[in-house]
Amino acid sequence: MVQFSVIDEQGMTHPVEAPADMGLSLMEILKASDYPVLATCGGMALCATCHVEFTEGLERLPEANDAELDMIDTLPNAVNASRLACQIRIGEHLQNAVIRLRGDGN
Amino acid sequence: MITTDICIIGAGPVGLFSVFEAGLLKMRCHLIDALPQVGGQLSEIYPKKPIYDIPGFPEVKAQELVDNLMEQIRPFNPTFTLGERVERLKQMEDGSFILYTSDATEIHAKVVVIAGGLGCFEPRKPELPQLEKFEKRGVEYMVKDPEKFRNKRIVLAGGGDSALDWTLFLANVAERVTLVHRSESFRGAPDSAEKVVELAKEGKIDLVLNAQLTGLEGEDHLKAITLSTSGQSQRIEADYLIPLFGLSPKLGPIADWNLNIDKNAVEVNTFDYSTNIPGIYAIGDINTYPGKLKLILCGFHEAALMCQSAFKYVYPDQKLSFKYTTVNGVNAF
Repeated sequence: MVQFSVIDEQGMTHPVEAPADMGLSLMEILKASDYPVLATCGGMALCATCHVEFTEGLERLPEANDAELDMIDTLPNAVNASRLACQIRIGEHLQNAVIRLRGDGN
Repeated sequence: MITTDICIIGAGPVGLFSVFEAGLLKMRCHLIDALPQVGGQLSEIYPKKPIYDIPGFPEVKAQELVDNLMEQIRPFNPTFTLGERVERLKQMEDGSFILYTSDATEIHAKVVVIAGGLGCFEPRKPELPQLEKFEKRGVEYMVKDPEKFRNKRIVLAGGGDSALDWTLFLANVAERVTLVHRSESFRGAPDSAEKVVELAKEGKIDLVLNAQLTGLEGEDHLKAITLSTSGQSQRIEADYLIPLFGLSPKLGPIADWNLNIDKNAVEVNTFDYSTNIPGIYAIGDINTYPGKLKLILCGFHEAALMCQSAFKYVYPDQKLSFKYTTVNGVNAF
């Protein structure tokens, strides 16, 4: 299991625990944990509703691929630590990360 | 006015397969899609991607699946309105519907099936105070008629292909073009990016990098925008702001049809995928129910059950008897 923190839209921090060996994405875990992540496109880096900001732990993640970078670049509220949760596998690299939700959850 | 039995909103794989299931029950279909071609996201977004979970196809490319579906529904002569978005829907006294599109096409149907997938792709908007107030009063999300911008002061925002391309184009039309981008480099086509940087060097346009829009000024119409560049605030006088932050899928006008909506999806009864409005069904990625899986194959299943139920609106006096294609074949219209 991997432990990390999620900061919700109200600014509250919640601990989250996820299995590292099931091939799940961070988006899937956030959705399953009932955070307001729409994941409209189902994980194809197309809708950016799973946009998150890594306030801690970004440097431990594998680099974003072109599709993810292209999508992030179009977002009006993107920051340097922006990632798409659907493109991040749950793994040890997420241990102790702090993740702020930035997507459009309506 | 176009008249049909079933009007299907969305010509993606699930909308297309509905024509087949409807055709077996002698119901005619008309499909509407906001995109200029059939296939939905399969054709628009990932035509060459292989799909591995279509029963009977160990691997099939997305566009091939769409082409096969078109072949499969050919006997039932479906009709299409493409490149138009359904804006409005009116229920008649007899329970049938009239649908109105963005180009004023009218379709009369006994049954409406929403197979809208991700929804409509709409421009992504920046979070700015008073943004709505200035929409169509200086804030435009697309360039429909470039002449509108002749001899005007334009600020474009964004770093993708469309921001770059319109900067290059409008540089020759507008009085002054300013491109605002949040980072230092562009991810759009490298040669467009190079041209933009060159124009800026020559003083023909203004390029503001590492900048975020922060506000809009004006009374009846936009007069200026403010932005922050690495902590410094800056004000640029402008007649128009064109934010080009790509498209994001939204439910669109469907959200205003009094359907029960949960998290951007239409709630349905899994008995027949009917919505809360009799005569309107929702199938495929746009619907939601306990256990929903957004898979093409689930959408196909939903289409089949939906048609069994829709039959009672199209042929209220007939009893439906289920027949297998292996026994009866496919009887074309």
